[in-house]
Formats: sequence, structure tokens, C-alpha cells
Amino acid sequence: MRYSFLSLLANAVSGQRLWTPAWRDAAPKPSYDAVIVGGGGHGLATAYYLAKEHGLHNIAVLEKGWIGSGNAGRNTTIIRSNYGLPGNIPFYEWSMTLWEGLERDLNYNTMVSQRGILNLYHSDPQRDAYARRGNAMRLHGVDAELLDREQVRAMLPFLNFDNARFPIQGGLLQRRAGTARHDGVVWGYARAASRLGVDIVQNCAVTGFLRDGERIVGVETSRGPIHAPKVGLAVAGHSSHVAHMAGLRLPIESHVLQAFVSEGIKPLIPNVITFGAGHFYISQSDKGGLVFGGDIDGYNSYAQRGNLPVVEDVCEGGMALMPRIGRLRLLRGWGGVMDMSMDGSPIIDRTPIPGLYLNAGWCYGGFKATPASGWCFAHAIARDEPHPAAAAFRLDRFATGHLIDEKGVGAQPNLH
Amino acid sequence: MRIPCPYCGPRDAHEFTCLGDATLTRPDPAAPDAASAFHDYVYRRDNPAGPHRELWYHGGGCRSWLEVTRDTRTHAITDARFAADRSSAAQGTEDRP
Ligand SMILES: Cc1cc2nc3c(=O)[nH]c(=O)nc-3n(C[C@H](O)[C@H](O)[C@H](O)COP(=O)(O)OP(=O)(O)OC[C@H]3O[C@@H](n4cnc5c(N)ncnc54)[C@H](O)[C@@H]3O)c2cc1C
Ligand SMILES: [Zn+2]
Repeated sequence: MRYSFLSLLANAVSGQRLWTPAWRDAAPKPSYDAVIVGGGGHGLATAYYLAKEHGLHNIAVLEKGWIGSGNAGRNTTIIRSNYGLPGNIPFYEWSMTLWEGLERDLNYNTMVSQRGILNLYHSDPQRDAYARRGNAMRLHGVDAELLDREQVRAMLPFLNFDNARFPIQGGLLQRRAGTARHDGVVWGYARAASRLGVDIVQNCAVTGFLRDGERIVGVETSRGPIHAPKVGLAVAGHSSHVAHMAGLRLPIESHVLQAFVSEGIKPLIPNVITFGAGHFYISQSDKGGLVFGGDIDGYNSYAQRGNLPVVEDVCEGGMALMPRIGRLRLLRGWGGVMDMSMDGSPIIDRTPIPGLYLNAGWCYGGFKATPASGWCFAHAIARDEPHPAAAAFRLDRFATGHLIDEKGVGAQPNLH
Repeated sequence: MRIPCPYCGPRDAHEFTCLGDATLTRPDPAAPDAASAFHDYVYRRDNPAGPHRELWYHGGGCRSWLEVTRDTRTHAITDARFAADRSSAAQGTEDRP
């Protein structure tokens, strides 16, 4: 059913009995033209664009649990394209462009809210670095504004401007950035893909690969073997583990990232704010809860839960930035398994193994990338060549030296 | 998470910094395959879901480097020893990758 004012009206007068399931929970077929492993945002978006842009309809998304049970349903929903390096800017800006038309395209309310993101700076060198990044963005046609202290104060008067160690001197603002509803994005892509004939198969864990010599010709799953000449991996935190079954050793470590939400309060925070002197970021959900987080825990983990030192560190960051949140009660905290790459940037590429394609290394920033990641991964799978916007995200860049290290911290995943 | 430092006893994880995988060995820069061996050493990781040997620095305590064996699925720590002992053992008879 297409969602529209008429479908709302029809259901309103018929006791809401006309609604049909948003997408088909399919049983796996023995073979497809392509399968995507991982039913997170990236896997579902890839399937949708494979069907819509490349005419591949006999395809499936295989998810070991339920769709959106991984990081897609655990993130803090920030979308932005305020990157500084040439390999990154066009890709994230393409993602932002897709976000801006996503609801119309999917016929689904993904609650994209362009409320803006403000990265605060607290020193002269940091101002210079932000000015440089803002200029790089503007040279690529991305919106960026450098605000001084008084402009920030007019926008967010409740911040602690005179922190003795980290006074707020201003911020870099991207007005087109904001948030989107994470589950809505997962369900929106699932529904749109399903309508184009894509099978979404849940409770179907990939446990191995079917080989014909070197070539990969399908997958072994907990629901039997499935043949497909093209297999795309989009399993985020489990990338090393699944790629290992195919004999690949990746430039990735899995780390845990935590996030938190407070009790709901009246509207307080109008946009997304990041603290520049520690690692803390915050926004307010439409239900009123303050959603915030900070650094990864810093050690390898598949546990989907973190430890107290980071909880303390995040809360200290929050208190330094806006002391008025100190009396709020925490409602929930949780963790997700991040595929931290060695330069902090993702991989969308073919692999040395024919038939196998890789989408990985999203670190803690892959939600914003969901539309463009799906778009570019679908392109790589369908055409066997990289999409121009993602051409820098090669798997072999670690061997050739073409790293994309936004933070400039080197091959140390827990520092990205 | 508490790490049982062999010198200080069980201490809270916030006193430590994690460097990562302890099983990597620096390749011979003079070897003919040095470029690809260094690519493996610097960038590629096994990243196991299960027991993981890793290096931790006890900066908030005795300032020793430790080799800790920790299950990445549960965070349970089964072994912690001085990294210095490990390297002298590695030069001896003990078999290490
Ligand atoms: C706490 C937290 C906060 C974050 N905040 C942000 C943010 O504000 N902005 C932002 O841009 N990004 C953020 N991220 C990062 C973002 O969520 C991820 O980079 C992104 O969701 C990863 O892509 P995905 O949606 O496809 O991953 P996932 O949803 O993790 O999808 C991978 C799927 O693969 C499945 N899978 C794994 N192994 C197998 C197998 N063997 N067989 C079949 N299926 C398998 C998993 O079950 C999972 O559903 C955050 C992440 C976390 C954890
Ligand atoms: Zn000690």
C-alpha cells in the first residue's frame, strides 16, 4: 500500500483495518542474482538501489537476527557532511543530498530533521582547524558557517561559555545537518526494497561461502545454502569475522561504542552540539530525551556493552559543556559493535576474491552514510567498478598508502 | 572491567590504556617481502570474537606494560602478565606467533 493522505483517510474511516504489513518477511530461495549479507541500513539500502537503479530484482538481504538489530538501531542518528578530506567530502555530501529527498523517494517517514550541527571550538588553533575544514567544505559546495562566541551565545545561551580550561570561542555550523529516525530508515528501505521484489530474509545467519575454485558462488546459511554469483557483505561490526570465512584478513578492529538517553524533558536543545575539548555530543529526540555519547571504549569488543570509565568520561564532558543537565536522570545506556578501520574511513569495494564485494569500516559514523553507502555499493556490485563518489574507499589503499585519515592519528583504531 | 595487574593486583580498567593486539611481530625490514609484511603488520588484524591477547599500559599504577588475555565477547580476563616477561620468553623456547 502506498502511504498518502488518502490511505490515512481510508483507514481512519475503516477502523485502521486496511493496513498491510510494511514489507514481506520472505523465506530464502535456493538461488538469487545477488545476495547482500546484513540487514542493517547499509544492506537494505544497497538492495533497494540495486533494484531501483540497476534493475536487479531477484536479490535477497540475509540478516542473522531481525533487521535493524545491529548498529542501525543503536546509533545516535546524527547525519552531516562536514568532512574535510577530498575522498570523504563528495561521498558524505551525496549522502546528505539523498537524505534531503529520501522520504519522497521511499514513500516513508524517516523523520529527517535538518536542525543543524554545531562543532564548538575552544582555542585559537582549533578555530584555525575548523575554519580550514569549513573552507574545504565550501569549496566542494557544502554549506558551512564559522560562528564566533557571540553568535553561538545567541543560539545556545545555556552553554558554559566561561569554563576555566575550555572557554567556548565559537563553532563550525552546518545548517543542513541534523538527525533522522534510525528505525524509520531501516523500515523505509526495507519496505521500498520489498516493494521492488527484494526478499528480506531474517533469522538467516551466513556461516560460510560456496566456492567454485577461487570464485564465490553463494553462501552457507543457518537456513541452508543459497547460490548467487555476487555476494555483498554489509555486516558492520562483524566484517572481520564474516570476511575471515572467505579467507580475507581485514584492516579492521571491532570496538564498542556506547550511547545514552535521558528522561524526556521539554524542548531544550534545538540542534546537534559537539564539545570540542573532549568527546561529547548531544541532541534531543522528538520524544524529549537527550541523546548523547562520546568516545569508543578503546579495546576490541563484540559484547554490545561497554564499561564505566567511558560512562564517566561522557558525563564529565556533558557537565563541562552544559552543567544544567546534571540533575537529569539517565533512562538508558547501550552499546554497539563498531567496525573501526585503520584510518577511520570506510571501504566500499570489490575484493581480491571474484564474486565477493565488501562494505565495511564505518566506525561510529556510518548512519549518516546509509543512503550513499547503499547507492555506491549497489553500483560496485552491479557494474563491477567503483562509484566516483566512493572511489577513494578502496580496500587496497592501506597497501598503496592512499589512506583517508580525517583525524590524522595513524593506524590506531582506538584513536579514531 | 578490572584488570589483575601482576604488580598492583586487580585494578579498575580506567587506570589502563589499551594498545591492542599483542600477537603481532615486527617484520624484518631487510626481507625481500618487507613491504607486504609491513602492510600486514601495521594494518591487518585477526580481530577475533573470543580470546584475544592484547597489550595494556598501567599508566595509573605501576606503569608497566601488560599482556592481557581477554574474551572479546564477554570481556572476561583469563590472564595478565608483564609484557617484558613475554618478550624474554619469546626469545627463548616458548612458541609464539
Ligand atoms: C552507540 C552508537 C552511536 C552511533 N551514532 C552514530 C551517529 O550519530 N551518526 C552516524 O552516522 N553513525 C553513528 N553510528 C554508526 C552507525 O550506526 C553504523 O556505522 C552503521 O549503522 C553501520 O551500518 P549498518 O546500519 O549496515 O550496520 P548494522 O545495523 O550493524 O548492520 C549489520 C547487520 O549484519 C548482521 N550480521 C552480522 N553478521 C551476520 C551474518 N553472519 N549473517 C547475516 N547477518 C549478519 C547484523 O545482525 C546486523 O543487523 C553509531 C553507532 C553506535 C553503536
Ligand atoms: Zn600495575
